[in-house]
Amino acid sequence: MPVTLRLPAVLAKAAGGKTVHEARGATVGEVVGDVAGRFPELGPRLRDAKGEPYPYVIFYLDDEDIRFQQGFATPVPDGAEIVVVPAIAGG
Amino acid sequence: MPIGRPANELPPLSQDEILRYSRHLIIPEVGVEGQRRLKAARVLMVGAGGLGSPIGLYLAAAGVGRLGIVEFDVVDATNLQRQVLHGTKDVGRKKVESARDRIRDLNPHVEVVAHEAWLTSENALEIIRDYDLVVDGTDNFATRYLVNDACVLLGKPNVYGSIYRFEGQSTVFCTDEGPCYRCLYPEPPPPGLVPSCAEGGVLGILPGLVGLVQATETVKLIAGIGEPLVGRLLLVDALGMQFRTVKLRRDPRCPACGTREIKELIDYQQFCGIRGGEDETAGVPVLTVAELDERRRGGADLDLVDVREPHEWDIGRIEGARLAPLSSFADALRTFDSARDVVLYCKSGVRSAKAVRQLQEAGFKRVWNLEGGILRWSEEIDPTVPRY
Ligand SMILES: [Zn+2]
Repeated sequence: MPVTLRLPAVLAKAAGGKTVHEARGATVGEVVGDVAGRFPELGPRLRDAKGEPYPYVIFYLDDEDIRFQQGFATPVPDGAEIVVVPAIAGG
Repeated sequence: MPIGRPANELPPLSQDEILRYSRHLIIPEVGVEGQRRLKAARVLMVGAGGLGSPIGLYLAAAGVGRLGIVEFDVVDATNLQRQVLHGTKDVGRKKVESARDRIRDLNPHVEVVAHEAWLTSENALEIIRDYDLVVDGTDNFATRYLVNDACVLLGKPNVYGSIYRFEGQSTVFCTDEGPCYRCLYPEPPPPGLVPSCAEGGVLGILPGLVGLVQATETVKLIAGIGEPLVGRLLLVDALGMQFRTVKLRRDPRCPACGTREIKELIDYQQFCGIRGGEDETAGVPVLTVAELDERRRGGADLDLVDVREPHEWDIGRIEGARLAPLSSFADALRTFDSARDVVLYCKSGVRSAKAVRQLQEAGFKRVWNLEGGILRWSEEIDPTVPRY
């Protein structure tokens, strides 16, 4: 069963105009890599040159912060939802 | 646990106040004690803009006794689409003055303290010290880290909200047990990566939604009722009209609230990588709007290129220009002729400087950046071109 990667609207433009993406992968990093592979512009917005997450783009696996689990190596259960939350500062 | 003074030290309500707040007084969870807590409360709003407007209006209406406002800005016509604290007649006035007048009219029982300044590492502790809690309605990363660190150092809750285009985030940071802003975002994005509302736009209603979440949390904290938004980050998606919360945890390695290695306020501009502000345009050859006007009047053959996005082009453009958006500029390179003079412009000159650099890297020599962009062209040459 695929998992869902949910992007903020601000990143949709780099992802074919869509915020919700079905993807495959055993870990959060693989799921991110699957979607980033389809949209070359999106990859650098989600992870740095070493393939690691940025300190200002946070990934939640079923509403839990992956930094308090195993980061991109965190295993992803079937049907899980990953939400991407970038820092914004507008007011 | 409500914040503020013990119940026997709370100020009494006058007959006028009892009438005004009667719809609060008849809710058992608020009641007379809750209303007296609101009256005793001292709340500092940082920013009286998009978020600060609904926060200020509703906290004043709810009867918060002292409302401090830190704001140095002046009301601009482009604010009015969302900053409902200010009116058309206030354009050009200081926001703190406009806010004070509006709040005085709304509820004369509220004491408004105007701090007409930008919050800085020099004044933040001094200002925040006298308040029970802070509501963060600022519009930049540097001030958000500053507010956070000051709140951690002083032990004041920080009711946080931020917005961009159609989406918002809100939570309560810096409580005794909860996480702080640095636990969530240990480092800011590099300057320029995340556009501000001035650059990227914002749906005018969105700060109303998110600001009222902040105002609601503020009232709950003061009255000590409900489940505060601590340890949860509320994500607001206005387009999908979905609200969801994700879990926030306190990070034991956090330099502010974890290891506490941050013992005083730092240089937040430097922390956020902001050096001179105009850095991105440094070293790029420029043409002033007066020079461009003169060359066009002289019949010069030049390629005037607008690198903004199509939706900005629709708002207005410089006559005779063609559109080649920066977002797909690489594809447009083949449309340039290296034998012709090329002048690039955008809204204010930052994006077009990047486009000039791309052309230079592609070997073009006769390329200039229009200084100040279409905004300056409108100001100094052709006022029929709309400002936005
Ligand atoms: Zn922290």
